[in-house]
Amino acid sequence: MVAAARLDETAAIRAVLDEVPDPEIPAISVVELGIVRAVEPGRVVITPTYTGCPAAQVIERDIRDALDTAGYRHVRIETALSPAWTTDWISAEGRAKLRAYGIAPPTRAAVECPQCGSADTEEISRFGSTPCKSLWRCRACAEPFDLFKCH
Amino acid sequence: MASLPPIDLPSNATGSGAFDTPALEEGPALFEYLLRLGDDSLILGQRLGEWCGHAPSVEVDLSLANMALDLIGQATHFLNQAGEVEGKGRDGDSLAFRRDVLDFRNCWLVEQPNGDFARTMARQFLFSTWQKLLFRRLTGSKEETIAAVAEKAVKEVTYHQELASEWVIRLGDGTEESRRRIEDGLAWNWRFVPELFEMDDLAAFMAERGIGADLAALRPDYEAQVAAVLAEATLQPPPDQRPILGGRRGHHSEHLGHLLAVMQFLPRTYPDAKW
Repeated sequence: MVAAARLDETAAIRAVLDEVPDPEIPAISVVELGIVRAVEPGRVVITPTYTGCPAAQVIERDIRDALDTAGYRHVRIETALSPAWTTDWISAEGRAKLRAYGIAPPTRAAVECPQCGSADTEEISRFGSTPCKSLWRCRACAEPFDLFKCH
Repeated sequence: MASLPPIDLPSNATGSGAFDTPALEEGPALFEYLLRLGDDSLILGQRLGEWCGHAPSVEVDLSLANMALDLIGQATHFLNQAGEVEGKGRDGDSLAFRRDVLDFRNCWLVEQPNGDFARTMARQFLFSTWQKLLFRRLTGSKEETIAAVAEKAVKEVTYHQELASEWVIRLGDGTEESRRRIEDGLAWNWRFVPELFEMDDLAAFMAERGIGADLAALRPDYEAQVAAVLAEATLQPPPDQRPILGGRRGHHSEHLGHLLAVMQFLPRTYPDAKW
């Protein structure tokens, strides 16, 4: 009975977190971004994407608000730096949503244009609109786009 | 000659005189070491932030501001931990905004004025090449926060080093003017490089305990990497100059005070302001 209740709470907290969007890329949730590292009864562990990510504090506040609203005021949010976040932790759904949103997901292979799918692309700038993205251009459809950098 | 009577030392007298170097203790030494790491990142982050809105193109503007963000993020973690270790109720913000210039422990290289874009990139190239080697070493630190921040930041600093190296190459192998400017930029910053590898008592003390890095051991890799980029940029390394040391002990160029005046003005004028 107690074990079941603990399981319920963990699942319920997960469901709340699934609905918290990333403030910079609202198309994906903090869970899909891979920054939620652990969910336990009474405790959520998150990790920042980049050391200097200006959204880190906003993310923690958004999670706090969502938990409070759902009645989980007692749940602590802890931040762990290690192991360091990597783009490998972005889920498959998260990657698909990034592409649909116009951002090429991180890849170690050829970068594909999120608009037309062509791999005939080139980097314009190593840094894009945020620290986690670089600026690319598609030679096929001539559209510029953001690439979520491998990290 | 009659011998002098023995001096009665009061029971609370210290074992060392005013001009002796006091023995190092682990807590205060770790505090100082964290300040060195944090202040390097903080001051260079502030310097790069000065470019915001002034860079030659919007892409460059973004890249400089983004590097500044990474560096200020590192500084936040290191200085918060320094405050914890010190145990006097100071956090990263109070260490950043309410310390005076003589209490800063950053190296001279990071406080140097931006100059033109080439000089800024020369400084970044010389610093990030070093910081990457340092952080790679510090991922094995016995101090958990240092190891965790280093593990996380080494990926970001790798990017800084690549970006700065590419600019050094492009400017060096570019036009006559870009070449002249990057040569001047490297020559300006060159005298501050030896300080990066200085192993004073505190650095040695931290390295012996497995907390800090043996800086001297990083030097061969550093020199090889710098030489490789300069060769690709078709540039000659500047002649060695008399090294300038002292930042780690609070001796700074006049530039740092001016930087702090801008950086600290608001929190000092309106303490605890929130926005």
